[in-house]
Formats: sequence, C-alpha cells, structure tokens
Amino acid sequence: MSAPAPSSAAPGARGASPSVAALKAAFGPAILRSQVSCGDSIVWVDRGRGHDVLAWLRDTPAQEFNYLTDITAVDYRDPERALEVVYQLRSLARKADLRIKIPLDKSQALEVDSVFDLWKGADWLEREVFDMFGVTFKGHPDLRRILMWDTYAEGFPLRKDFPLRGHFTRAEQTRQALAANPEAHYSIEELSIAEAYDELPEDVRRRLTHGDRGRVQ
Amino acid sequence: MGLTTPKSEREPTEAELAGVSPNFLTTTLSAVSNWGRANSLWPMPFGTACCAIEFMASAAGRFDLARFGMERMSFSPRQADLLICAGRLPFKLAPIIRRIWDQMPQPKWSISMGACASTGGIFDTYTMVQGIDTIIPVDVYVPGCPPRPEGLIYGITMLQKKIKGESLSDPTLRVEHLMDDRGFFLPPEKIDEISEPFGNSVHQTRSA
Repeated sequence: MSAPAPSSAAPGARGASPSVAALKAAFGPAILRSQVSCGDSIVWVDRGRGHDVLAWLRDTPAQEFNYLTDITAVDYRDPERALEVVYQLRSLARKADLRIKIPLDKSQALEVDSVFDLWKGADWLEREVFDMFGVTFKGHPDLRRILMWDTYAEGFPLRKDFPLRGHFTRAEQTRQALAANPEAHYSIEELSIAEAYDELPEDVRRRLTHGDRGRVQ
Repeated sequence: MGLTTPKSEREPTEAELAGVSPNFLTTTLSAVSNWGRANSLWPMPFGTACCAIEFMASAAGRFDLARFGMERMSFSPRQADLLICAGRLPFKLAPIIRRIWDQMPQPKWSISMGACASTGGIFDTYTMVQGIDTIIPVDVYVPGCPPRPEGLIYGITMLQKKIKGESLSDPTLRVEHLMDDRGFFLPPEKIDEISEPFGNSVHQTRSA
C-alpha cells in the first residue's frame, strides 16, 4: 500500500466551500476576505453586516446552516490586531461546515449583534464570550457572566493583556471570593424555571430585580 | 489503660482468679473519647477533580476505608466530622467549602488531599485558590497528583494519630476559626506569602 497523495486524496477538501463564493456574490464588500485552512473555509465579515450574513446562511435553502456549533473569540498577541469573534456553523442536512469571523477593532467598543434570535443555543455561548473577552452582544436577552461569578471585578481573563494570576493580590482575590454569595446568583429566569421565584421573600425578589447579586463592597 | 482487680484483705490466689474476667478498667476520659473519635470518623467528601476518583477507590472494596471506621460517608456537613477536600478548589467554590466547614459541628478535622488542594498545584492562575488553608484550617496534607489510595489512607492514619494525642482539657482545640471583620480567615499578608509563585512560574509577569 502506498500512502495517498496529500492533496488529491479527498477531492474538494482543500478547496473553498461553495458558500464562500455565494457569500461574496450576495454581500460584496461586506465579505472582507476568505481563506482555506486545513480544509476549513474561513470567511471574515464586516461587523455591521455580521448578523445579516449569519441570518442569510441559516435561511437560504442552498446554505441551510441550521446548527451553530460554537461561538468563541480570539485575542491576538499583537495589540494592534482586531479581536475576532468566531462563529462555527454546521449544516446538518448538507454535512457542511463554515467558519465566520467578525473582526472587532479594539479602538472602538467591542460590540456585535447577538445571534440569539437565529440560534437559541447562542445564549450561553455569547455569555461565555462576554465573560472571557468582554464582547457585548447587542440584543442578547440575559448577558451576564457565566463562568466567573457576577461580582468578579478583575476584568476579562482570556484577553491577552490579562495577567495569568489576575490583577488583584491573592489575598484580595480570596476576600472577594469568600464575600460572594452563591445563592444570590440565580437569575429571575432560572428561579422561575424552578418555580421558586413567587415563593421567595420580598427582599430577595427586590434584590434580584435590581441586579444586586453579591456582597462585595 | 490499667487493669485493676478488686482489693480484698488478702491477695487472691492464682487458682481463685482463673475463671474471673476483669470487669472494669481505668483510663483517662481523653483516651477513651479520642479512641472513639479516631476510629469512627465520618468523612464529608468534597470531591472536585481527579483526586475524588482516588478517594472513591480508597472507599471501595480493594482499599476499603471501612477498615479504619470510615465506611459511613456523610453527604451532609451536619453529620460529618472530617472534611476531605479531594481536588482543586477554584475561587468560585471558596465560599461553598467555607460554608460547609462552618456547618460541620465540633469536633471536626480536615484533610487537604492532593497538590491542588494543598497549594494550588499546577493551577497557579486567576481562578484557583492557592491552598485551601487560606480558606479553612487543615490538619493533614496528603501530597500527590493525585495521591494513590495508600497515600490517602496514610494521611488518615496520621490524622487518627493526631486525634489520639488530643487532650479534652486543651483550650486551643475545638475553637471555631471564624472569618474576621475584613472577610479573612488568615491575615492577608499571610495569604499573599503562602500564595507566592514557585518553580517555573516565578518567571511569569506579576502585576499585583
């Protein structure tokens, strides 16, 4: 047996996804650039049209990217380089993948439109990106931290300018962690799912409504 | 523990004592209470990572913690007297283990199992408590990553030795180590000192 030739073994694996050409035809200058990396097609999209492009990819019959695999973000070591929000899309029917990147210039506010209205699964994915990178998703129904606690005050840990041990001293981190009140961190939605909200004492309900979820001074 | 036979006017002969079993003994209150405490520890397993797997193996048939009087795992802190922190403790869990420790009634002890629980281990990062002794008092540290069940059992027998050496009249025992007004269990300088980076990580930048 001879080893298969590296490039011609899987026909089409190295070529760009047909969705890339379709996107360029449909959106023109909003498609900033595209690249094929390890067989995956990557498309950079302008921030202003990001939501339109993703909606088009989901709803156009020939595209049909009905599954949002993941949302994440990349902060590069070069401080001049834009932070990129990455959408990994999958068409379950066509068995096709596509990666969309939306660069966010760091000189402006890190804001992008939420895709929660397109894929409900974007809820926690966008919360995680917000928690770790500080990207604000406009239109997200419940944008708050998901991994770190609500009163976490050190910033956004996966940014490159965030030191590995955090900004505060260990003593201050310990004090703030011990002062956190884990029971108070459930949202109204979570409590109403548990059908417990109506039975809570009045002061707890008032505190939840006002978003006061901790005791850190 | 001494063994005393009843005194009579004359010493009993060997023949008279042959069928008589001793029906009382003298000892100290500390010795007998420590003997009971050390041999019926009720552990509260606080398993957060791979150490918890080794802990489960210790409790299962092959290593059999029941040999040391610990077959009764307590999943309520109210009925536990030994907290075993098996695994790394992120800051998010710090108030929870502190609450569990406060809920446990005296007498109580704690074992810090593994490198992460004892020092933060490889996780010298923004998320991780650098040793649970910054949150709660610790009696025995079990090294290892994770420790094998033999290691944990050795730690438990060390704790049993420690318990057997306690004195009921010692006023420093059974003291609740509560949080102070500033929200610290240890002085902040002490926390900073024992959380200092070590090994390769000293080469990393430190902004604090």
